[in-house]
Amino acid sequence: MQIAKQAAELTAQGIGRTYGDFHALDDISLTIGRGEFLTLLGPSGSGKTTFLMILAGFDRPTSGTLFKDGADVTRLPAEKRAFGMVFQGYALFPHMSVEKNIAFPLQIQGQSGTQIQSRVDDMIDRVGLRGHEKKRPADLSGGQQQRVALARALVFGPSVLLLDEPFSALDKNLRGSMQDEVRRLHQETGTTFVFVTHDQSEALALSTRVAIFNQGKLQQVASPRDIYERPANRFVAEFLGDINILPLAGAAMNGNGAVARCGEQQIRIASAAGAPTAHLAIRPEHMALSTERPAAGNVLPVTIEAVTYLGPMTRFAARVDAGPSLVLETPTHATTPNLVPGSHAWVSWKEEQGYFL
Amino acid sequence: MRDILKPALLVGPLLLFLAAAYVVPFLGVLSWSFTLPEPGLHNYANALTDELILSVFLRTFRICLFVTVFAVIAAYAIALVWVRGTPAQRLAAEVCILIPFWISVLTRAFGWVALLSNRGLINTWLTQLGVISEPLTLVRNEFGVILGMTHFLVPFAVFPIASAMRSLDERVLLAARGMGASRARTFWQVFLPMTAPGVLGAAIIVFVFSLGFFITPAILGGGRSVMAAELIYLRIFQSPNWGLGAAISVLMMVVVGLLLGLLMRYARPKSMLS
Ligand SMILES: Nc1ncnc2c1ncn2[C@@H]1O[C@H](COP(=O)(O)OP(=O)(O)O)[C@@H](O)[C@H]1O
Ligand SMILES: [Mg+2]
Repeated sequence: MQIAKQAAELTAQGIGRTYGDFHALDDISLTIGRGEFLTLLGPSGSGKTTFLMILAGFDRPTSGTLFKDGADVTRLPAEKRAFGMVFQGYALFPHMSVEKNIAFPLQIQGQSGTQIQSRVDDMIDRVGLRGHEKKRPADLSGGQQQRVALARALVFGPSVLLLDEPFSALDKNLRGSMQDEVRRLHQETGTTFVFVTHDQSEALALSTRVAIFNQGKLQQVASPRDIYERPANRFVAEFLGDINILPLAGAAMNGNGAVARCGEQQIRIASAAGAPTAHLAIRPEHMALSTERPAAGNVLPVTIEAVTYLGPMTRFAARVDAGPSLVLETPTHATTPNLVPGSHAWVSWKEEQGYFL
Repeated sequence: MRDILKPALLVGPLLLFLAAAYVVPFLGVLSWSFTLPEPGLHNYANALTDELILSVFLRTFRICLFVTVFAVIAAYAIALVWVRGTPAQRLAAEVCILIPFWISVLTRAFGWVALLSNRGLINTWLTQLGVISEPLTLVRNEFGVILGMTHFLVPFAVFPIASAMRSLDERVLLAARGMGASRARTFWQVFLPMTAPGVLGAAIIVFVFSLGFFITPAILGGGRSVMAAELIYLRIFQSPNWGLGAAISVLMMVVVGLLLGLLMRYARPKSMLS
């Protein structure tokens, strides 16, 4: 069942927000499609909350325009936008029961008692809070409070749901199950979701698209796969987990790809890696480590500096001879035991797995 | 074991001081009430049957109730400005809250007399403006006492209310507004209930404090609306009937104790303390 009356499309055009001389947001342009699940991802202080508050109408941009379904809503106050919002820290009404919290937005809309009761009942079932209706928020666990906040934000069928770091206070296991829950609610309601997090794996797991923020600037908007595998710049590449960056010399196009030198070794790079630059980026899990020189792919000689056992994976720190230090992760079952600190080895990767930065 | 003993050692002197300053004198007063002028319950029998004494009790509770209601309402408004106003408004509120602490209770009581008496500023102005022909009786009655006491107690009520307002999570208000609630509705259904523990705390402070008021009612009541503390004073220093004065004191303590007990029991002490 679709409980959203209609999912909305939001377009930000050159949105800026300054505090004195400080640019909390700088020229953000972005379209959030109908029914999309967009995640705003960035380090703390990068402007995610500020942008979300502007989308919600709790804050006004100092420059730029915000459109909802093509209409300018930049100056429309929050109470007229009627977006659902889940705040950091939940912001439940502590003096009201679970039921009353969820009923609050419906009462404001002036719905009849029976209508309110049936919608609240439906919502309580959807988020799995049956049996807790009469409790106060203080008597619930963190995960349950989170569910109340979700129910309260979705019960009136908002055209957009905004979520500000909703899971940051939950432990890791609970976080996983709440992520599943949010994904299910997104599918069931069909509403446009805008989700803020500073956790990159959460962003990759949930979203249809991810928007990366840093220092008030939008760095890249793309699907999780493209963000991870084709980051637009070094910040995005490094923010989404470990990455190895190799200095290149004499990079040039060559047939359907490019060639370059890294130290003594000749490196081949596939055409999808972009225009040649002086740096090649490769994710740690795309690199292999062996004691014998592999016959195929790009290879570099290294010295092992550290080995860390992580259960299913083993992590190596390895220094390219007279070059940069690399991080590698290989499946533990495929790791040879004689790769110990101080030993010499070869790293290798396929030519389509590196890209220019 | 040492973890328990250490704080006990640190707090010990304070406990000794409190015992010396409050408990011992109170036990003395308690024993007077049963032994002066001769042993027996006659002082309590007198206090609970004497019409004059009962009327003073009744008046004391009536005045304290009005003072509590007015002081808490005024304090709520001031705290609201102090916590949520513009910077200029905050400063103004802060000055209004702090200045009364620098002016003695006597000065303030006489200040009210100067304003309210028959030949005081207010009556003089109103007469000159032709609004009234006879001066209004604004002082030497319950009105004057309630006004003076309310004025004195408002700043004390501001602090617990303001602290409740400060600890309120701003995002809860944003949440209500975001769901379409008007400012008025957000105030009545969210802000006020969430700050209610502070209001209750303020009301208890004001009520208990006002029960023992002496100087303000003595000056602004002009001997016509005697309250319990003044009555105790009269019985001990003027009549002198120490036993009866002591019995009245003990009865007041019992009433305060009962009131606090009731509030703690029925007004969710958990939320009051947090
Ligand atoms: N009211 C404010 N006054 C001044 N600076 C602010 C204010 N609100 C936010 N900022 C600044 O704007 C930047 C972005 O903040 P925010 O949007 O909360 O970041 P995020 O949610 O990504 O952690 C921060 O550097 C923060 O200090
Ligand atoms: Mg934030």
